[in-house]
Amino acid sequence: MPERLLEVRALDAHYGDFQALFGVSMAVAAGAVVAVIGANGAGKSTLLRCIAGAMPSRSDAVLFDGVPVGDQPAHAVVARGIALVPEGRRLFPSLTVEENLRIGGQLGRPGPWSLDRVYELFPILKERREQPAPSLSGGQQQMVALGRALMSNPRLLLCDEISLGLAPIVVRDIYARLPAIVGEGISLIIVEQDIVQALRVASHVYCLQEGRVALEGEARAMTREKIAAAYFGV
Amino acid sequence: MSVRVEHSNWFSRIGTAIALAAAVALAVAPWWADRADLRLLSEIYAYVALASLWNLLAGYAGLVSVGQQAYVGLGAYLLFALAMLMGVHPLVAIPIAALATAIISVPVAALMFRLRGHYFAIGTWVVAEVFRLAAAQFTALDGGSGTSLPAAVVLSIASTREMREFIIYWIALAQAVAILGAIVWLLRSRYGLALTAIRDSELGARSNGVDVARIKYLVYVAVAFGTAMVGGLIFVQKIRISPDTAFSVNDWTAFVIFITVIGGIGRIEGPIIGTVVFFILRQTLADLGAIYLLILGAVAIVVMLKAPKGIWGLIADRFGWQVFPLERRLVIEKP
Amino acid sequence: MEWLNTILQGILLGGLYAMFAAGLALIFGVMRLVNIAHGDLIVLAAYIALMAVEALGVNPLVALIIVVPLMAAIGYVLQRGILNRTLGEDLLPPLLVTFGLSVIIQNALLELFTADSRKLNAGNIEIASIHLGGGLAVGTLPLIQFALAILVIAALQWLFYRTALGRAFRATSDDQSVAQLMGLNNAHVFALAMALSLAVVALAGVLLAVRANFDPSIGPARLIFGFEAVIIGGLGSMWGTLAGGIIIGVAQAIGAKLDPGWNLLAGHLAFLLVLALKPEGLFPKVDRQ
Repeated sequence: MPERLLEVRALDAHYGDFQALFGVSMAVAAGAVVAVIGANGAGKSTLLRCIAGAMPSRSDAVLFDGVPVGDQPAHAVVARGIALVPEGRRLFPSLTVEENLRIGGQLGRPGPWSLDRVYELFPILKERREQPAPSLSGGQQQMVALGRALMSNPRLLLCDEISLGLAPIVVRDIYARLPAIVGEGISLIIVEQDIVQALRVASHVYCLQEGRVALEGEARAMTREKIAAAYFGV
Repeated sequence: MSVRVEHSNWFSRIGTAIALAAAVALAVAPWWADRADLRLLSEIYAYVALASLWNLLAGYAGLVSVGQQAYVGLGAYLLFALAMLMGVHPLVAIPIAALATAIISVPVAALMFRLRGHYFAIGTWVVAEVFRLAAAQFTALDGGSGTSLPAAVVLSIASTREMREFIIYWIALAQAVAILGAIVWLLRSRYGLALTAIRDSELGARSNGVDVARIKYLVYVAVAFGTAMVGGLIFVQKIRISPDTAFSVNDWTAFVIFITVIGGIGRIEGPIIGTVVFFILRQTLADLGAIYLLILGAVAIVVMLKAPKGIWGLIADRFGWQVFPLERRLVIEKP
Repeated sequence: MEWLNTILQGILLGGLYAMFAAGLALIFGVMRLVNIAHGDLIVLAAYIALMAVEALGVNPLVALIIVVPLMAAIGYVLQRGILNRTLGEDLLPPLLVTFGLSVIIQNALLELFTADSRKLNAGNIEIASIHLGGGLAVGTLPLIQFALAILVIAALQWLFYRTALGRAFRATSDDQSVAQLMGLNNAHVFALAMALSLAVVALAGVLLAVRANFDPSIGPARLIFGFEAVIIGGLGSMWGTLAGGIIIGVAQAIGAKLDPGWNLLAGHLAFLLVLALKPEGLFPKVDRQ
């Protein structure tokens, strides 16, 4: 069994004529927490979308468990065990909290995560289970989005800017629950603007700058200067 | 340094020259074409005009109507009413009927604009149905069975049949040329710029100060006017009218839409090409009856799926050609 | 009393119209598609039932066993093969493709069956009636049709709000790309929706064929009645669609009573009136326009 759960090899991505990623390469070991940081427009979200299959790539640009999945559509990638918590949460507005969670689990992948376990992790959601998703606060919606992704029992969870638009105390609250998720054997890729928060939980860091990997390495080896240089491209 | 907007390119100059030459040749057609050919040409002009108008409405203003037969029929019925019940000369009645139709189209637009997209489309169809059913109840013009222009009215156009055919032919040609000309003029004006903006992005246009609602109204009413003009003439030529023929979905909407889609929607040249293709298909396949229509439907589907910009769309994108000088290029002249 | 009878007939007719509308509303709700060939597909179902009846000698209502699954399969293939490719921001492709489809179906039926008017015979049930006392009577068949309409709408409501499939429909309709991220294959979900819609269409078609004469050209009118019912009822509300159908049916019945030539016109005018006064419909659930 390959040590690398996920491998990204020389990934290119385009939006029409605009190229967003240039030969990005990355590796995620099983059980790791990888942080992807970078300025706005650096290509972080694009990277996650390619991994999740929401954007098409070369078949061997993304390898999951050694299997090329780059050209698979999103619904097939989820079935393999990669789940994305999309940027901006993107809950289904017509569905209640519980329905949103159930949709996440409708593939029926086996695993420890169930409706009850999600409610255990986020008790406030149990209280609001019948409410329409848009009626929740930003932080609660983020919990629903996380829970929804967990319901598919992924082996790799991709979190796209889960701190976006949330108060610091709420962000800390959410991040406090991540260990419970990782502890179950889920590997994590976190895209974050909040560098401090990201470095606190991550074991590895990649910094993207204008679609390229400008810096990579273990989180504890990162210094402020190295990050600033990579982030801003000075 | 001065800046100006240049509309033509070398191809459009050639194209416009060809178009003008063709117009002249067609104007003298009564001298080189026989009666059947003249009738065919008149039909072609009518469809070019109707398709161009629909193209303006749907391809530029984004108002996809499947109910324009309402105005073909209304223009025709109002004309018959003016000529037969009020003694107006039929040729004079054409623009009057068209004007009356345009006025009626204003409250219709107000009602229809409450619907969007697909629902707007079917709503326009309902309106056409209402007009058709109302016409069938209009006993003064023999209701559902229809009526014909009396001999006296027909003779007032011209005393000989030949002369009548020539006059109707020229008016048909004049209508097509005028409508095309008006559309080109409109698109070259700032209204045209606004329309192109609306076509590309309504929200973007609105946020740039374009009064989208007002322009859509104007286009809808103007198109109703043009459609009624063409409709009036069509039925003057046919002499006979009935609710089913005047408000026929097939004749005045299905064929028109197919022509525009196959030729190329959103471009002026499209309806012309489409009409030519349509008539070639018709002349070769008409004997097949229902199968011909079936093939037409299939062709429309295939074109829409494979070449959504139509024949002219493919050509124009590939070669950058345009027959009518409509593109806008900024020319900066250094002092 | 005669007027009461008229209104009653109109209400029952409205049930049939609501069934025409239900399939239409379902499709628009899930994928923003208005199927212009919807009415022609209802007529197609009627002709398929005709073929089944002539080939197997069964009662038309029994033929439903064949017609419903067959139409559902046609719907799945149609959506997956052609209509899925037209979905997107631009409303012209689906409109024109379904328009082309409408022309194809009408003319294919014309070629195969000619323009002759046909009707399916369901036996004695067609003339049976129930007397409600006081001179009021309702035909048994119209009553059954009305009951079926209510059943269909209730079933669709239940499906949409209480099942996983309905959840999938609503999620996909909300946000296609995120639905994909949840493992939903949009192409498949849309095809299922169309299959369901055509299953309802099949039922409506057979009931129509038993109730009245049909020929290849009556499709567009059925589309319009269904569409009017949806708009009057209000987008997003299935029960509203029933109300809309009933209003059209009653308007037509009253119009016919005043003057036989007025029945269709009365229905259309009722629609235009609602459009003028309450354009969002009588029971709108969600303004999705």
